[in-house]
Amino acid sequence: MRQKGRGMDAIATVDEGQAQARQSQKGPLVYRQNRWTRLTHWVWAFALFFLLLSGLQIFNARPQLYIGKESGFGYNNTILRIGAEDTNTGPRGFTEILGYRFDTTGVLGWSGPPGSESARAFPSWATVPSYYDLGTARVIHFFFAWTLSATLLVWLLAGLFNGHIRRDLAPRSADIRNLRRDIADHIRLRFHHTGRYNTLQKLAYGGVLFVLLPLMILTGLAMSPSMNAVLPFLNEVFGGRQTARTIHFTIMVLLLLFFLVHMLMILAAGPINELRSIVTGWYRTDPPSDGTNASGRSE
Amino acid sequence: MAKFQISRRKFLAVAGLGASGIALSGCDAFDDQLGTGDGLRNFLEGANDLTYRAQRLLAGRDRLAPEFTEADIRQPMRPNGITAPDDDAYKGLFADNFAGWRLEVSGLVEKPLSLSREQLTAMPSRTQITRHDCVEGWSCIAKWTGTPLSLVLDQAVVKPQARYVMFHCLDTIDRNLSGDIKYYGSIDLIDARHPQTILAYGLNGKPLPVENGAPLRVRVERQLGYKMPKYIQRIELIDSFTNFGGGRGGYWEDNGYDWYGGI
Repeated sequence: MRQKGRGMDAIATVDEGQAQARQSQKGPLVYRQNRWTRLTHWVWAFALFFLLLSGLQIFNARPQLYIGKESGFGYNNTILRIGAEDTNTGPRGFTEILGYRFDTTGVLGWSGPPGSESARAFPSWATVPSYYDLGTARVIHFFFAWTLSATLLVWLLAGLFNGHIRRDLAPRSADIRNLRRDIADHIRLRFHHTGRYNTLQKLAYGGVLFVLLPLMILTGLAMSPSMNAVLPFLNEVFGGRQTARTIHFTIMVLLLLFFLVHMLMILAAGPINELRSIVTGWYRTDPPSDGTNASGRSE
Repeated sequence: MAKFQISRRKFLAVAGLGASGIALSGCDAFDDQLGTGDGLRNFLEGANDLTYRAQRLLAGRDRLAPEFTEADIRQPMRPNGITAPDDDAYKGLFADNFAGWRLEVSGLVEKPLSLSREQLTAMPSRTQITRHDCVEGWSCIAKWTGTPLSLVLDQAVVKPQARYVMFHCLDTIDRNLSGDIKYYGSIDLIDARHPQTILAYGLNGKPLPVENGAPLRVRVERQLGYKMPKYIQRIELIDSFTNFGGGRGGYWEDNGYDWYGGI
């Protein structure tokens, strides 16, 4: 018994030693994301997923974007159009942007399982419901529009009170000075894991939270005939209801680009560590030996 | 340097896999939860009530929808939905230039009315240049002339228990086992009495054409197009719409659209 006990002690000591060694190789864990950040992050992820899929379904009801107060039927103010047309080789899907036409058969305009393709702007795997149903898409879209707006408000208040916005998101003069080097580091996929966001992270997250999402909500409200009675200037600011709709769509594309880069950066910077920090809050930083860069940018 | 090369290649491979995984995922996972009456659908529809309450709170009774200038009328009003009713009753009225047409006002009123076109046009009128927003996403600006609905309601003297105005129309929009379904739709009394809510008989300075709803359509400027029935024959004051059609307040509502079309 004693021997066994001693044996276990010994193993524990060895484990501890190894853990310490690993720790010194890896650098300490820091508490990087507070609970408000984590909670709102995942609510947004969920809400934006459904807003995107239901939004594409809503777009399918009128797969055309215009500039101005109204849609041109007697004149042309269309800047984007997704459609299908009959050709000698059968129906083809096309996407027309500013008069330039691209064949997008299989994805945009004409898509579906082989043999049962149909004319729809965005394919059924990108919409919810998968079949054409504008009414249901609107129900889903507005439910998650409320969710997104309410969560953004909660995050804003929490972030102002707990200092997250001032401390972690607001770019400082050092961040701006560091911008060039940070861009170069990102291009080379050379990441420094510290308790702080780097310059591009601050700009990207700040851009989404303070520019894109508020603009998304405002252009959404600008499309509401009832809200037009409440905030008549909103449409004038955006250049008319149809321009507001076009901006709403463009922001969707920008958010999608943000999402893609966000995913690529997580994969490149270490998905386990990045996921742990946004789930539990704890983030593994670089070891201090590599510290010249890390400490330099944690300011 | 070599170390970076390898990690970048590995990174691109993983990224490619991730992207194709997203592309392959289907979005039919929620389809069977989203029909009208399904639990998930009912839960999500709660947000429609919130929208209605919030917009009523903010827009109040009398806040006006934006009005435009003559210069903003750049094209004919785009017709949508039913544009040439195939109903015999309608075609008979049309052949007679709607001389035999009457607007019935019935239901929860003290004095039921039966108004001819002449009687309606003899009442005070309102002309407004507004933007028509279709639920599909398009908009079209046009000039509408008509009798404020509130004047007609005042003449009929609405009973205090009335809560909604139901529009019964002449055009057949759909067919089911029990026969033809004629278009119908409802608004609350706040929108019915809104200063811009008119029973329109004129469009862009001319009589309302058939494709836009002749002889009479309603304009509800703070809501979407499907809330503005065309080819109106009867206005019924009601306290509940549960006994009409599918019980959701209108033809499109019975087909899954929100009753309040303010957004």
